Amino acid sequence: MTVSNTQPNPSSAATSEVVISTEKVNIFYGAFHAVRDVYMDIARNQVTAFIGPSGCGKSTLLRCFNRLNDLIPSARVDGRIMFEGTDLYNKQTDPVEVRRRIGMVFQKPNPFPKSIYDNIAFGARINGFKGNMDELVERSLKRAALWDEVKDKLKQSGLSLSGGQQQRLCIARAIAIQPEVILMDEPCSALDPISTLRVEDLMHELKQQFTIIIVTHNMQQASRVADMTAFFNAEAAEGGGRFGYLVEYDRTQNIFNAPQQKSTQDYVSGRFG
Amino acid sequence: MSSFTNESSSGSNGSLAIARLIDRIFFGLTCAFAVFIAVILLWITAQLFQAAYPAIAQFGLGFITTARWNPVEDIYGALPQIYGTIVSSIIALLLAVPLGVGVAVFLSEDFLPAKIRTPIAFVIELLAAVPSVVYGLWGIFVLVPFIRPFLNVIHQTLGWIPIFSTAPDIRGMVQAGIVLGIMISPIIIAISRDALVSLPPQLRQGSLALGATRWETILKVLLPAALSGIIGAVMLALGRALGETMAAAMLIGNAPRISASVFDPASTIASLIANQFAEASGLQVSSLLYAGLILMLLTLAVNVLAEVIITRFQQIE
Amino acid sequence: MSYTVAPMRKAFGAFMTVLATGCALLLALPLFSILWTVISRGMSGLSLAVFTELPPPPLMQGGGFGNAILGSLTVLAIAALISVPFGIMAAIFVSEFARGTKFANFVRFGINVLSGVPSIIMGLFAYAVVVLTTGTFSALAGGVALAILMIPIVERTAEEGLKSVPMETRQGAIGVGATNFQTISQIVLPAALPSIATGVTLSLARAAGETAPLLITALFNNFYAQGILQPIATLPVLIYNFAGAPYKNQQDLAWVASLLIVTLILIVSIVARSFARRQHFG
Repeated sequence: MTVSNTQPNPSSAATSEVVISTEKVNIFYGAFHAVRDVYMDIARNQVTAFIGPSGCGKSTLLRCFNRLNDLIPSARVDGRIMFEGTDLYNKQTDPVEVRRRIGMVFQKPNPFPKSIYDNIAFGARINGFKGNMDELVERSLKRAALWDEVKDKLKQSGLSLSGGQQQRLCIARAIAIQPEVILMDEPCSALDPISTLRVEDLMHELKQQFTIIIVTHNMQQASRVADMTAFFNAEAAEGGGRFGYLVEYDRTQNIFNAPQQKSTQDYVSGRFG
Repeated sequence: MSSFTNESSSGSNGSLAIARLIDRIFFGLTCAFAVFIAVILLWITAQLFQAAYPAIAQFGLGFITTARWNPVEDIYGALPQIYGTIVSSIIALLLAVPLGVGVAVFLSEDFLPAKIRTPIAFVIELLAAVPSVVYGLWGIFVLVPFIRPFLNVIHQTLGWIPIFSTAPDIRGMVQAGIVLGIMISPIIIAISRDALVSLPPQLRQGSLALGATRWETILKVLLPAALSGIIGAVMLALGRALGETMAAAMLIGNAPRISASVFDPASTIASLIANQFAEASGLQVSSLLYAGLILMLLTLAVNVLAEVIITRFQQIE
Repeated sequence: MSYTVAPMRKAFGAFMTVLATGCALLLALPLFSILWTVISRGMSGLSLAVFTELPPPPLMQGGGFGNAILGSLTVLAIAALISVPFGIMAAIFVSEFARGTKFANFVRFGINVLSGVPSIIMGLFAYAVVVLTTGTFSALAGGVALAILMIPIVERTAEEGLKSVPMETRQGAIGVGATNFQTISQIVLPAALPSIATGVTLSLARAAGETAPLLITALFNNFYAQGILQPIATLPVLIYNFAGAPYKNQQDLAWVASLLIVTLILIVSIVARSFARRQHFG
């Protein structure tokens, strides 16, 4: 069974419906055991935040959700990551198809060295979009709250924009191909505070239609944007090195106000390390 | 929005399969080209060997030790050409190494303001790109008339030394060697200068801080530290000199004989091929290819050695 | 122990400075002399006729080398047609699919060694492969010989250009569901195009002056060649032939041809430099 055979059924989307679920996920880079035994369910149309100290494997796990770790030859994933009932790491699953349905926004804005218009159109074209391209570009830029700033210079290079604008362009690029899930890997870490606020507002808008998973270093950001929060921690492994694992996963207000684990308490109250 | 999902899902399986197929073909194609480039050297060697085979079968290794090149009787041996190739390259190195390294030091230190150094580096780059046939042309019409009186003086005063024992003519080993030396000096300058400039500044500062003068620093600290880079440069230049065709063919006189005097005409493997190939036939062609094969192995050995030295130098860095 | 610099050491430093300056001047002399002679003797013979007329027979005045210019262009076009796809495809494989692997190192080693092989060997190879097969010296054989000379330069610069495209850009394309082919052909290659173009022009400039391989593959032709399977005239071979000729008019034409080639190389080097400087994306 391939991913493309299981079309989502939008009418039955309930807030609690599970989109991605992981079972005993372990991630290795060569001999290095980066992430250990993660079990979690990600709910549709919600913002889920991954928080935790550096090296806890939160970005690594995120990149497994659209198989971007395939680009690293030594990376290996054990366990199961189910998306809409299909195992993402099944042999028959095509990583290209996975990435069409699970989009990604990166830590550093990475617009293509092309015009603003072509940055949006590229993904749609390669995915066989046959509708009105102008309309799609406009709609995507509007939803990324960028349209008013760039509508007069669509032919300019995407690299001519400011950092915050570039990141919103990357978000527009991601939503133009209509993914079901958008992964955001510390999308605001390279942005100034005002741009950060705009991107956060955008996330509230976008979750009406997309499921968003965001990795962030910034706990305030997690508490502002996320419905659900997962706290990861890193622990020294026997024989040197460190591995990351999921400590606690709950509604955001519970994680920040009434965490069950001591290490979560320490981390969210800033008494960490 | 819905149009996108519908259209893409109806057409997606087909177009995705095509995209995946294109991807595979593309991968295979690039791989094939890369493999081809990696092994093209083997193909060149095999082709030369095959075309040279009649001569190899006829003369064997005696080809290297025989000093006869006689198309009339169809007897060939390339010893004079091998000798000429090596000797002309040695003359070139004797000229180019001290001068080239000297200039590299001169350009890597702040003897000249940076404003002048940059254009000079550019001119040197340009001279490394000037075709050898132009060097040959310049050698014939400018250098040879200019140095002739000097060569005559050397012959008259030092003629008792065998290497200066014959009267200089307008073509000869020494003329070819000088032009070769001028030709390869830009290579030596460029690579040696890179090696010197890329040394960590702490080396120089440390040495100067101990009270060493500028030249003590250069000679005892900087040059030894950059030595493997400089040797690599010299080896690359030697490879170029050994295989250089035009300057030799135009200036060496193309005489298939071994003479102790550097003022006598001689010939090199490359000049031999350039001179005789177009009009040769039969066993002569095979023999020329055989000589070419020897030249190739000679330069390969030098170049691989240079490669190894330079790689080591980069690792130390 | 005294803490003043001994006069001997100072004198030695001064002596070495003079020596190094002497080296520089001694070498500068011939190098600038070459440029100067090429420019002055080339300019004095330059006229419109050299671009249009055929090479003059001995003792005739005037004439030109229109056929050699056209021939050089033909041979270079054939060489580019072969070396550019080979060089770029191999560079794509090394940079995009095999980066950091042993195979990539192997290809790099092969290319480095190949670039040190004397050009006349490429001529012998093209002779064995093309001339012996087709039975005639030809532009095609010359093109093949020059192509093998160009491949290492094209591959190296293309590989450098591809590697300078940031990894994030590739991930962005892959993140929206592009296949490798789509990512490379539509995002990475266009971004690397300036440096690839620089590499191709530099390699063409180098090939334009190569003489030895053409001498034994393309030969020469006193007239315009009637196709690529015929001997053809080229500028470097013309310089070689006329340099050895005892006739002043032919020698003058050799200088004019040298000026053309050196000018071409000069222009290409300057353009390539300013291109490389402006090479920031966007």
